[in-house]
Amino acid sequence: MPEPVVDLRGVFKEFSGRVGRLVALEGIDLAIAPQEFTAVLGPSGCGKSTLLNMVAGFDAPTRGEVLFRGQRVSRPDPRRGVVFQEAALFPWYTVLDNITFGPKTGGVAAADYGPRVDALLEQVGLRGFERHYPAELSGGMKQRVGIARVLVMEPEVLLMDEPFGSLDAQTRSVMQELLLSVWERRQQAVLFITHDVEEALLLADTVCVMTARPGRIKTRLQVDLPRPRTLEATTSLRFNELKREVLGLIREESRRAASEPAR
Amino acid sequence: MGGRRVPLFLILPLLLLGVWYLAVEQRWVAEGIIPAPAQVLESWRRWIFGGPTRSLSPYSGTWVANVLYSGRRVLEGFLLAAVVAIPLGIFVGWNRLVARVVDPSIQLFRPIPITAWLPFAIAVFGIYDASALFLIGLGAFYPIAVNTSHGVRDTNLLLLRAARMLGAGERTVLLKVVLPSALPSIFTGLRLGIGVAWTAVIVAEMIAVKSGLGYVLWDAYYVGRMDICVATMFSVGLLGFISDQFILRASQVVLRWRTLERHA
Repeated sequence: MPEPVVDLRGVFKEFSGRVGRLVALEGIDLAIAPQEFTAVLGPSGCGKSTLLNMVAGFDAPTRGEVLFRGQRVSRPDPRRGVVFQEAALFPWYTVLDNITFGPKTGGVAAADYGPRVDALLEQVGLRGFERHYPAELSGGMKQRVGIARVLVMEPEVLLMDEPFGSLDAQTRSVMQELLLSVWERRQQAVLFITHDVEEALLLADTVCVMTARPGRIKTRLQVDLPRPRTLEATTSLRFNELKREVLGLIREESRRAASEPAR
Repeated sequence: MGGRRVPLFLILPLLLLGVWYLAVEQRWVAEGIIPAPAQVLESWRRWIFGGPTRSLSPYSGTWVANVLYSGRRVLEGFLLAAVVAIPLGIFVGWNRLVARVVDPSIQLFRPIPITAWLPFAIAVFGIYDASALFLIGLGAFYPIAVNTSHGVRDTNLLLLRAARMLGAGERTVLLKVVLPSALPSIFTGLRLGIGVAWTAVIVAEMIAVKSGLGYVLWDAYYVGRMDICVATMFSVGLLGFISDQFILRASQVVLRWRTLERHA
């Protein structure tokens, strides 16, 4: 295996709250290779967003190491682009100003990022919406901006925190295909958080199934579906075999969680 | 909606005007205490435009001059307050250490009514403009500072993370994320501030300086010119309304993205 872009080693995360300590993540080991699309699949409250926040540099582990290109992660960095669940666009900026926020902040000349922005607008289907404000966009369009805004920075890993979770089913499918086509073109490392089994299998090379609190990686699954993929892939025999396997794991996990006293 | 447009906002003022008219006409109140609406209007007209002959009366043709006195004081005091309160509010809202040092003092001084500062202001600044400026500036300072710091504190954490993830340092975060995000609150503070400024200018002019609408109001009362008192009250109300509308319009232009949000 080539040197991983992102490498989590024995990561523990605890939160101390009003009612005492809460173990959010327990002994996470996870490596993402360059060009690898990794999905982390888990129920809500399993700490999968916490995991992403630590890779992003928003949060630090209680124990263990989060490495990016061999260096310990200490703060957010444009090389680790984050796509948030609720897009988190700057509402006072137009679509174009949102997308150029990163390059402008980094002091990149307009002549340098201009062509890149142009190509991206085309690629994610935002042509004609440059002057719109986020409030004028649908959920799916907002998330296109959220994706374009980080892609323009040419990140080495894309961190996506349930980016399509709040979209309606149809828009979600469209966005999944969009992401697939963008990924086929760039083949870059992705860490994709989701609770949707089909979404994880459709998009990822590797699916990590997480347990409920405390969050642990229960199983790692290679998705050996051929690339390039489209939505058609979800109807294939192999896809359904994989889906059955994952659903089995999840069922097993929820039975275990239900039989255990809450902790 | 029907074909005829009834200006609903006029109903209450007209009703009040009717009651006022009747109260004087029907002698519900003792004669000579409250002037009739027509008399107020005539005195106000003369106060603005002057009489047919040149007059030495302080209530003939002096309205504009007094409006300018008060208006200038309000504007200066208000701008002074904004220039100090907005940056301070941003730092208090942004930096926990600054907040711990500054905020308790603001909260301690804030309940002191602006009127209670009058003797202090006169003792320190004398019967001059500086007294008025101090009172107006101090009065407008609190709502602007408090609303600004609230606005800054309420900045969406996700937007801060998004900006940092895109490579923004503290300066960029402050200018491009925190400030625009706090602008709606800042404008709320400015609108409250201009209201306090008009209150403060009248109080200051009644006692601490010898010109402006507040001075006229108190003086007219002493010489028994209740018609001028009422005309002054309306004048102040009108000016307060206009200055508030001015800030409101400015905020609608600056916060265009927000009006879109509300209509979405």
